[in-house]
Amino acid sequence: MADFYSYFFDHMSAVWSGLLVTVEATVLGSVVALALSFVFGFAAGSRLPLARGVSRVVVEFLRGTSLYVQLFWLYYAFPLLAGYELSPLFCGVVALGMNYGAYGSEVVRGALNAVPKAQWEAAVALNMTPLQRMRRVILPQAWVQMIPSFTNLLIQLLKCTPLLWLISAADLTTVVQQMRDRTGATTWAYLTLLVIYFVLAYALTLLMNALERHAKSRLGLRTDRRSLLRRRGAGPAREPETAGGPS
Amino acid sequence: MSYEWDWDAVRDSLPLLWHGFLTTLLATVLGTAVAAVLGLLVAVAGRVPTRLVTVPVRAVTEFVRSTPLLVQLVGAYAVFNTVDPLTIGVAVLGIHYASYLSEVYRAGIDAVPKGQWEACRALSMSPRRTWQAVILPQAVRKVLPALGNYGISMFKETPFLAVITVQEMVAKAREYGADHFTYAETFTLAGLFFLAASYPTSLLMRKLEKRLGH
Repeated sequence: MADFYSYFFDHMSAVWSGLLVTVEATVLGSVVALALSFVFGFAAGSRLPLARGVSRVVVEFLRGTSLYVQLFWLYYAFPLLAGYELSPLFCGVVALGMNYGAYGSEVVRGALNAVPKAQWEAAVALNMTPLQRMRRVILPQAWVQMIPSFTNLLIQLLKCTPLLWLISAADLTTVVQQMRDRTGATTWAYLTLLVIYFVLAYALTLLMNALERHAKSRLGLRTDRRSLLRRRGAGPAREPETAGGPS
Repeated sequence: MSYEWDWDAVRDSLPLLWHGFLTTLLATVLGTAVAAVLGLLVAVAGRVPTRLVTVPVRAVTEFVRSTPLLVQLVGAYAVFNTVDPLTIGVAVLGIHYASYLSEVYRAGIDAVPKGQWEACRALSMSPRRTWQAVILPQAVRKVLPALGNYGISMFKETPFLAVITVQEMVAKAREYGADHFTYAETFTLAGLFFLAASYPTSLLMRKLEKRLGH
């Protein structure tokens, strides 16, 4: 134990660089995922049948084919087909972004549907343009609903970043694995790694709680200060598999 | 540069992938079974009226569900290095998903009307009989569709087991791809296998959800 921790603290710069890669993949991956969530989510609620159909097919395809396969496909198969290679981090960001974007689109769609019909009608009655309607009436309300589900997806995304280790990006898992190989302290190395991920996940939860509080306060809803420290919601970690299947 | 799609590789690797697919399926079914039982135990333990039990149980489930499955797998494989990899894989998948499912069960148990508990008390049923004959049959019924959905999620995460040398489908795809330099064909095929298995199952789950009145 002492061996491992003296090695660990002697090589903090390696830990920081691994942590940086993991955080980078998480942040960039979730930015891509968020953007795709809105694109596919809006398309799924569109009046155009073509937009709905395309969104449906893409979302079901991305959710159905397994993140693991998608990542490996991008890293190993894409270079063969396209003739040029992608960097491991880029592959990770694209694969994580697309996969979680597909799950996120269901969150966006559900939240838009959950805004009471009367709100849409009132906005139309006030002669708002579609853009104004979305920006000033619908989105602020839907956004509050989306945050808890997005929090769960974000943590899921973070938990998938160790996949980068498999495609040889020097992420946190890679770095700690190397330390384990040097020191032979298997149990302590993996426990430390798990604890770091746990802390990251909790930090993200706190951040999202603060965001939720801010979003609620914009709607005039007050939240208890203590609720900022609460753990993630008790709901399922993932949205139902076919939230938008044929009905 | 255009790539020549190798249909022969598709044909040749198909039996291999199918073989791996069966391993994937086996791991999913066993893992789901472990998760279903363990999740229920955790949910019931969470209702025990002493904090001596509930606080540690909650802490452990929270830790398990906030940390990466891949690290848990690799860690368990390294620590218990004498145990067969498939057993470790099933155990870790089962424990990981039990931490999600316990929340689902908990919600199911909470949804059983309070009057049911009171009626059991009025009939002076033992706690064991209350759970077995009244609460769980109602709670588990509500939980079934969610259980199916988590099963599908687990199915898509079983490729992680390849990392601990379980010969499931993606491991086979990678092996064949590396030998013949046909990653494009074999990984595409593996993806289609997943889609072909998980999409119909999720439609089925949706039907079940409707039938059970959600």
